[in-house]
Amino acid sequence: MSLSSQSLRGTLRVTWAAFRALLVLTVVTGVIYPLAVFGVAQTAFHSGANGSPVRADGRVVGSALLGQSFDLPGKPGTPDPQWFQPRPSAAGTGYDTRASGASNLGPTNPALTKLIDSRRAQVAAFNHVAPSQVPPDAVTASGSGLDPDISPAYAKIQVDRVAAARHLSPAEVAHLVAAHTDGRQLGFMGEPTVNVLQLNVALNALKG
Amino acid sequence: MSSISADALQVLALIVALALAYRPLGDYMAAVYSSKEHLRAERWIYRCVGADPDREMRWPAYLRGVLAFSLVSVLFLYLLQRVQNHLPGSLGFAAVTPQQAFNTAASFVTNTNWQSYSGESTMGHVVQTGGLAVQNFVSAAVGIAVAIALVRGFARSRTGELGNFWADLVRTTVRILLPLAFLAAIVLVACGAIENFGNWHDVTTLSGAHQGMPVGGVASQESIKELGTNGGGFFNANSAHPFENPSAFTNLFEIFLILVIPFSLTRTFGRMVGSIKQGYAILAAMGIIWLGFVVLMSWTEYAHPGAALQAAHAAMEGKEQRFGVGSSSLFATSTTLTSTGAVDAFHSSFTAFGGGLTLLSMMLGEIAPGGTGSGLYGMLIMAVIAVFIAGLMVGRTPEYLGKKIGGREIKFAACYILITPAVALVFTAIAMALPTPVHSALNPGAHGFSEVLYAYTSAANNNGSAFAGLNANTDWFNTTTGIATLLGRFLPMVFVLALAGSLGQQQPVPVGAGTLRTEKPLFAALLVGAVLIITGLTYFPALALGPIAEGLS
Repeated sequence: MSLSSQSLRGTLRVTWAAFRALLVLTVVTGVIYPLAVFGVAQTAFHSGANGSPVRADGRVVGSALLGQSFDLPGKPGTPDPQWFQPRPSAAGTGYDTRASGASNLGPTNPALTKLIDSRRAQVAAFNHVAPSQVPPDAVTASGSGLDPDISPAYAKIQVDRVAAARHLSPAEVAHLVAAHTDGRQLGFMGEPTVNVLQLNVALNALKG
Repeated sequence: MSSISADALQVLALIVALALAYRPLGDYMAAVYSSKEHLRAERWIYRCVGADPDREMRWPAYLRGVLAFSLVSVLFLYLLQRVQNHLPGSLGFAAVTPQQAFNTAASFVTNTNWQSYSGESTMGHVVQTGGLAVQNFVSAAVGIAVAIALVRGFARSRTGELGNFWADLVRTTVRILLPLAFLAAIVLVACGAIENFGNWHDVTTLSGAHQGMPVGGVASQESIKELGTNGGGFFNANSAHPFENPSAFTNLFEIFLILVIPFSLTRTFGRMVGSIKQGYAILAAMGIIWLGFVVLMSWTEYAHPGAALQAAHAAMEGKEQRFGVGSSSLFATSTTLTSTGAVDAFHSSFTAFGGGLTLLSMMLGEIAPGGTGSGLYGMLIMAVIAVFIAGLMVGRTPEYLGKKIGGREIKFAACYILITPAVALVFTAIAMALPTPVHSALNPGAHGFSEVLYAYTSAANNNGSAFAGLNANTDWFNTTTGIATLLGRFLPMVFVLALAGSLGQQQPVPVGAGTLRTEKPLFAALLVGAVLIITGLTYFPALALGPIAEGLS
């Protein structure tokens, strides 16, 4: 047998072994492992494993972990003054779970500067506050486009507008915001947040 | 508490957690690769493979195993995507196009996980779980196996035998990655990461609109994605997506997962070469660079230079509220100094200097602490270069760990460090010179150039993160970044294994008065200097055209 046919046979042998290795490792890491995680997840953490659904009026209205738009009925893109508003979103036309993602606009891109300036003016006018009071999260799109949270500062400037639209006392709405404000986890992880959907669900339950 | 002191505490907590894991995990991994015993499950796997795990391999045989396994993996993953529409649980998605399927297959097999697709609109359950997630395990295991082969080259004498590839691959998967990934997945799902195999369904939102509820085996993929320094997002938004990374705690936990194996492998290395202190020196060099980059990144992101960020009053574009600037800076540094490439915030919207730091982190060769396995062998190659430079200064034949670094060894090391910059820069230059590829850039001017430079740097270094404004789903980028990932992964491995074989055959030199003490702080400092200078000189012109030009504009 010539040397080259020997090395060809060697190559075929190792490739055949590699193929079988891949198949068996696929069974272990691609079938058994995820099913084991799935089993534990569905047994012990059923709600979280299925997307942390939030209910209101007896039906699921979304996920506690995913932001959603609060626009006027039938007018996408026009914020409804009755609701606390989330951050700007670059996911599709806004909070589209099938198109998660960021704007990816660069820090010196004039288009981004323009966008941020116009958002600041819009948010200030919508909430009747000075432009300088509008916090950074209110004028920037998040990384996921599905950010469920806003900063306590952004919630605060929305209190009077929401209270007026719902004929509630600002103190009552402010109290609700305080109850839905989460500090840093364990006091030092991440940033303080207000979950917009959960706040709005609680607001809805007040029935002003 | 101010944001900055909270962030300092986060970094401290992370370092404490990594320090606590360092000894037990490092020693455990050393025991795994030194053990003569086989678990029952492993024996069953070896029987299926038809391999004898006790047969020692010399470097060419070891390399053949690596290449054959990776080739088969690319083909399998390619085919899986191409027939996706016929598979159960495909969620109605079509077959992936040939160019994109090639890119994705090459990318996941090389531990890059560059993605020109958007997970939630392209990949069904079977491709995600049985294809992509499988490569998250085995590509990480291949990287660790090659690193262990190099360590054996240092540790052994007068033999060219480097261990058995199949045994290293299987043991890494079964004894290290699977149990850790399982525990981590349970932690993630307990915090809100999803794990189900249902169908998308629409809900009517509180304000009466409609929103689709994403599904998938996310937690089980997320844990190995970070632990194996893979980085391919289940969703397009990657670890910024709340279903992948629900809270500030999971964010810190995922950073821990990214770093824990690469750092702990230095302990494994020290154990296996018979001097824990040698491992500490490598760890120190990695740790100094990592911490320095974390500080620089946090500083520039908090300072938020750049007209748009100034207008927003903070660098919050592309960042999640629950993470804020500090956690996002920590994640960005850790993901680019390893070969991970997962993102919890979008690097393209970072400050010019911050974006430049993510680029530079990758350009260093991802060695601080680097990818699973690839970080250790990358840093050991730099250590070889560093002792060589030191040897030149004192006019003495350099040695490292009792092995002479002669002409043969330094040639292998030099080839190793030249490959990645050559691939990254040549592809960038060609893409910029051609008329069409630059149309993929989203941003104008220097930032647009940075997008292209980032793409090839990320691909060649097997990182996988992006300045994601770039439209990478074109025939040009799918093909060229796919090729760049393959060249950037396997050519360096050839030289690592050749070096391992060459070192293993040597007779050890006794330590003398003139031997450079590579376990001392002085050497760690020399190593950091060598890393920064060599990379700096290689990439400075390209960085000057991209992030530096943007930062100064």
